[in-house]
Parts: sequence; structure tokens; C-alpha cells
Amino acid sequence: MMISESGTSEKLSLEELHASVGVRSGRKHVLSILVENKPGVLTRVAGLFTRRGFNIDTLAVGPTDDDAVSRITLTVDGAVHPIDQVTKQLHKLVNVLKIRDLEPADSLARELALFKVTVDGPQRSEVMQICDIFRGKVVDVSKESVIFEVTGTTEKITAFDQMLKPFGLVEMMRTGEIAIARGRDET
Amino acid sequence: MRAVDAIMECLKAEGVEVVFGLPGGANLPTYDAFVDSEIKHILVRHEAGGGHAAEGYAKATGKVGVAFGTSGPGATNLVTPIVDAMMDSVPVVFMTGQIRSDLLGTDGFQEADTIGITMPGVKHSFMVTKAEEIPRTIHEAFYIARSGRPGPVVVDIPVDISRGEIDYVPVTDVSLPGYQPNIEGNAKQIRQAAKALAAAKRPVLYVGGGVVLGNASEELRALASSDRFPVTSTLMGLGSFPAEGQQWLGMLGMHGTRTANYSMDGADLICAIGARFDDRITGKLDEFAPNAKFIHIDVDPAEISKNVPAHIPIVGDVKSILPRLTSEYRAIGADSARLDGWLTTIEGWKKEFPLTYSDTTDSEIRPQYMVEAVYEATGGDAIICSDVGQHQMWVAQYYHFTEPRRWINSGGLGTMGFGLPAAIGAKVGCPDQDVVLVAGDGSIQMNIQELAACAEEGIAVKVLIMNNGCLGMVRQWQELFWQKRYSHVHMGDYPDFVKLAEAYGATGIRLTEKGTLVEDLRAAIATPGPVVVDVRVTEEENVYPMISPGMAARDMVG
Ligand SMILES: Cc1ncc(C[n+]2csc(CCOP(=O)(O)OP(=O)(O)O)c2C)c(N)n1
Ligand SMILES: [Mg+2]
Repeated sequence: MMISESGTSEKLSLEELHASVGVRSGRKHVLSILVENKPGVLTRVAGLFTRRGFNIDTLAVGPTDDDAVSRITLTVDGAVHPIDQVTKQLHKLVNVLKIRDLEPADSLARELALFKVTVDGPQRSEVMQICDIFRGKVVDVSKESVIFEVTGTTEKITAFDQMLKPFGLVEMMRTGEIAIARGRDET
Repeated sequence: MRAVDAIMECLKAEGVEVVFGLPGGANLPTYDAFVDSEIKHILVRHEAGGGHAAEGYAKATGKVGVAFGTSGPGATNLVTPIVDAMMDSVPVVFMTGQIRSDLLGTDGFQEADTIGITMPGVKHSFMVTKAEEIPRTIHEAFYIARSGRPGPVVVDIPVDISRGEIDYVPVTDVSLPGYQPNIEGNAKQIRQAAKALAAAKRPVLYVGGGVVLGNASEELRALASSDRFPVTSTLMGLGSFPAEGQQWLGMLGMHGTRTANYSMDGADLICAIGARFDDRITGKLDEFAPNAKFIHIDVDPAEISKNVPAHIPIVGDVKSILPRLTSEYRAIGADSARLDGWLTTIEGWKKEFPLTYSDTTDSEIRPQYMVEAVYEATGGDAIICSDVGQHQMWVAQYYHFTEPRRWINSGGLGTMGFGLPAAIGAKVGCPDQDVVLVAGDGSIQMNIQELAACAEEGIAVKVLIMNNGCLGMVRQWQELFWQKRYSHVHMGDYPDFVKLAEAYGATGIRLTEKGTLVEDLRAAIATPGPVVVDVRVTEEENVYPMISPGMAARDMVG
């Protein structure tokens, strides 16, 4: 909508006004949050989610190249929570320095997962093949078990998990996603 | 310099005149520093009293209140005032002692995780880990408490840290890279809002506590008088606009006037100013103001579209935004005649649905009449504090506030026991004004011990207990929504408030006669020192009108 000069008689009609925020986006959001590296900061972030009734789907915390700053990457379901409320509440935390809601098209997200499977005999080679297809690695082998390491998008890891399930999956460890902005710009 | 003396220096630099608190093991060093400091300390009888007193001081003066407590139980006693201050955006710095750092985490004597316990209820909190950090931390705490949307900040200092010696260098600036409140207000949005106001045929200005907190009462009045905009206010905003005259609709919300609620229901444009669309305002959210577009002005971006989607959001300080909105509006030169129909409708509601109650024909005092009598007796000119319950609503309805910071109550959290200590804080902050507390017979007992502080310090608050013999507001709900199955709402005959007042060193008076109530109250208020008046009022009386919980404004009853 054009905004005219002060005091001009150009009229605005109330019908033209639309509320733009507070809507649910309907998709997963990856929030990359820079926080001061101080005691209790993760508790403040996590506590805020609890208090406001927001669910964290995955959470990863790590250092940055600056000792005074850590990065929290978390994913939230935008179908359930209005994402602008989540980010605005986060911004109110004094220790939160910067939040970026990474657009899927402009960012890369990866997760690492470890899978322990009990297989022997002919099944073992079948599982290995699946691992190959997913570009996974075998990182440990014993008589009854194999451990695979896979990295990729959440969707890829979930798909791999589905494939392995029929084979006696003992356990699975996932890191939660981390993400980075594509191109030259900093995340 | 001793770190604790530096604390006093910092408080002085922040303009602190008074601290409300109570000492213990973990803040002994800090209390030692009071001995030689010019900063006044008022000894409360319970830390919650200190916390609420700091709130009352802050609400009455606009300055930052300060409350001190020791570790463990001292700190947990402060939890209620901390959360109360959060809900009502009151700038208060709470300084708590903590056990020795080397004992932290060992369940040491009087250890409580103060930072953890208070975390969801603070604007921010600090655990100090080095004595040298004390001055900077204190200044950061004050800066955060008072700027942007004000709120409570906790500073927790282990006792070994406060025992330290430091090279005290006055701190002149704070650096908080993650904290930059936006106060400007977007110029384009302001112009857009002015145009929307000019286009509106049925506008309402819906104002909240933010106008009081932002000291923007004058600016609000200027906006309202730039045309004939009708104004309604939340419980917290009362006084920001004078409760009189054609433009005043009365308070809105659960116990607001029909006129105010019907106006919201019929409005085509609602301009929310420092208000947050709380459920006590909106009633059933889906049916709230069904015909309206919303301008929402607030210093806290997270309030915008939290409950009700805003069409024109303006983030910033009301004090800077309102004058710009007013001049933009004036520049448009809108035709005021477009409002004629709307104002006639509103006038009609006002005539048809004034606030009323059925007064007695004998000497019995109706609670509503008591508030009218308090208004008479004070000339409408006192700082009025209240506790929480029916009496609070009746004061909001029948005491017509014309100035901001004259109405001090616990709105967001609804804390019984807030009143007396808050009145103490208000009186200490504004010694030249009459401070009158209208208390509930239930609520007053939750912090009545502070009468001792009044007597010892000569704090002349006038406590008017609206004694209906019960937890009236709960009784009302049991009557209306639980088929009169009264469960634990009657409080019997004790205590005798007159004797209790005397035991505490205050003047005690009992009033039961309607005929002389105004003069009797006037005399009581004129009595020097702290005074407690036990006013006996009708027990079974309900606050009306009312939007029942979960209902729409249209469906008001009573
Ligand atoms: C600390 C606390 N406990 C319980 C309540 C619930 N409550 C709200 S109003 C009320 C009754 C208050 O009684 P009183 O102070 O006598 O006021 P009245 O309603 O009778 O005017 C109660 C119990 C509350 N608001 N705060
Ligand atoms: Mg009562």
C-alpha cells in the first residue's frame, strides 16, 4: 500500500487493511540463534519455550568462532506455533543477540545420526547396501552388530531409519539439525 | 572499597532513595553497609511486603523500586512480588543474598536456586560471580528494569562475593548487546494509523497500563481531543484519561461498563495504546470486537498480534508516538461530523446502562456506596491503593480517577496482600499525598504484619477495610457459577481489626453507619499516623455488570 504525504487528503479505507502476522506458516522452521556464552542461557531459552507452551522439535548447541558467543539451532513446527511470536519472545531474552529464521531455500540444514543394528548372515550385506545408498559409513562392527553413521537432512535420516527398522534396530542417536545460510552472507 | 559500600554508591548513582527489605545471613555484609549509607532502608516484616512496597513505590513515583532479601526463604518470599511486577511491568530491582559460592549446589543452609526459581518471572536476572562485577551488574539491572517495557530484575550475590574488596570506579555506561528496546515508532505506520483514524466512523481508543508506565497521559489526552474520540481504559490504565466527560466510556472488560464493552463490540477501528488484550478484556476471543480493525501501539513487539492480530502495528514508546500520531491526524483535517452517529449511539448506551446498584434505605453500607463515600471524603484527590477482589473492582468502577499514578493495584497477577505494602511504598515515595488503601477483609490479612512497619517508621497510610466477612469475589463466583454451594469463603468474626490495629500501634476505628460515613471517613483520613478503619458492608453483593468467563462482550449480565 502506498503511503502518501503527511496531511494529504488521500483517503485510506479500513477495508484495505489486513492483519499480516500471527499466522501459522504450516512448516518446520529452523531458528539459528546467537546467544551470549553465559551460565544459564540455554535454560532461559528452553524455559521460555516451556512457559509459552511452544515445543522444541530439535535442539543443538555449540560454540562459534567467538568465545563469548554460542549458537543454538532449534527447530519449531510453524504449523503449531505462530513463529513470529516465538521469535519475538526469544528476542526479549537479554542474552539473545541475534535470531535468524532460516528460509529452506536459502540455507543448508544437516543432522548427524548413529544407528546400531543387530544383523548377521545375508541380512548384513543387505543393510550395508542400504547404507551405501544413503552414503552412510560403517563405523563399528562386531559379531552381532553394526553401527552406521549418516549425515543429511532430517528427512533423509528419517528415511534411513525407516529402512533400517525391519532389521533389528537396537538404537539410534540424532544430533538435531544445525543449519547455515547459503552463499556469502553470514548466518 | 568494600564491595558492599560500592553497592550503596551504585544505588545512590541510580537515584535510589529507599530500599525495602529484611536482612539475613547471606546479605549481612550488604546490611552492614546501610549503617554508614545515606540510603534509607525500611525494615519490612516479611520479604513479600518489601517486594510489594517496592512495587507501590515504583507505581506511584515512576522510579525504580528496590527490595532486598536474604538467600533461601528470603528469596522465595520475594517470588510473588517478582511475578507480580512482571505481570504489571513494574520496574523493580530485587537484590538477594546467596550462600557462599563454594557451597552452591550442595544444598547448603538456606540455599535456594533463586535464579532458577525466578527465571520464568523476571525480565532478566544476574548471578554475580566476581566482586568486581557488582557495580556494572547493578547498573545493568537498573537500566533493564526501567527501559523499554519495564519489569523486575533479580541480582543474586553470594555472600563471599559481597565480602570482597574492589577498586570502585563509577560506571557511566552499560553495554548490553542483546538488549536494545525499540522506542522510536515507525513514521509510516504512524501516518497510516492517522489515516485509519480519519477513515473510521466508529473508532475507540482502548488504553492500558502502558500509558501510565510511559508517562504519556498528557499525550493521550491531546490525541483524544484532536477529535471526539471515545476512550476506554483497562484496569491498569485508569487515570491516564480523566474518568469524566463525554469521551469517557468507563473501564472495559469483565467488570467494565456496558457502554465500554458495547463500544468495543461495535467499533470499526480500535486503537490499542499500551494495552495487551488480556482475556479479562477480550472475553471470548473469537467474538471480540468482530467489526474492528486494530491499530496496536506498544513498546513490546511481542505483545503485537499475540492475542489479537494487529492491522497497523506500531512498536515504540507511547510518549514519542502519540504526539506524532496526533499531529498527523490533525494535518489530515478529518471531518468530525462522521462521528456523529457513533457518538449518539454511545450517548444512548450511557443513558440506558449507567453503573448502578440498589442502595439501602437504612443504615447498612453497600460496598459501592463505601467507594463513593471514599471518593467524597478524599475529594477524588488521593493515591488509592487496593487489594484484590470485589472491593478492587468497585473502586475501579466508582472512584473516578482523573490523574495517572493515583490508582495502585495488582492487575495481572491479582495478588491478595498486595495492597498494604504497596500503599507503604506509595506513601514513602509521595509523602505529601494522602495514600488510602481500600482493602478486602481477606486480602489485608495476607500482609497485615506491615502495619508494624507503618507504626515504627511513621508511615501514615489510611487503611479502609471493606469488610464483607468473606472472600467476596470467590463467593460471587460460587453464587453465580456453582449454584451457591459455598465452599470456604466465609471468614467468621476474627480478627477484630480495631484491636489488631491498636496492637500494631495504629489507630483503629469501626464504621457501620451509612448516614455519617463520609464525615467519619474524612475524620479517619485526617487522623495522624497509620489508621485502620473496619467498614462493615453488605455481605451478599455482586460486582456488576459482568462478562461471564468465556463469553462475549455483547452478553454482559447484571
Ligand atoms: C494470593 C491469592 N490467593 C487467592 C486468590 C483468589 N481470590 C481472588 S479474590 C479473592 C477474595 C478476596 O477477598 P477479600 O480480600 O475479602 O475481597 P472481597 O472480594 O471480599 O472484596 C480470592 C480468594 C488471590 N487472588 N490471591
Ligand atoms: Mg471480603
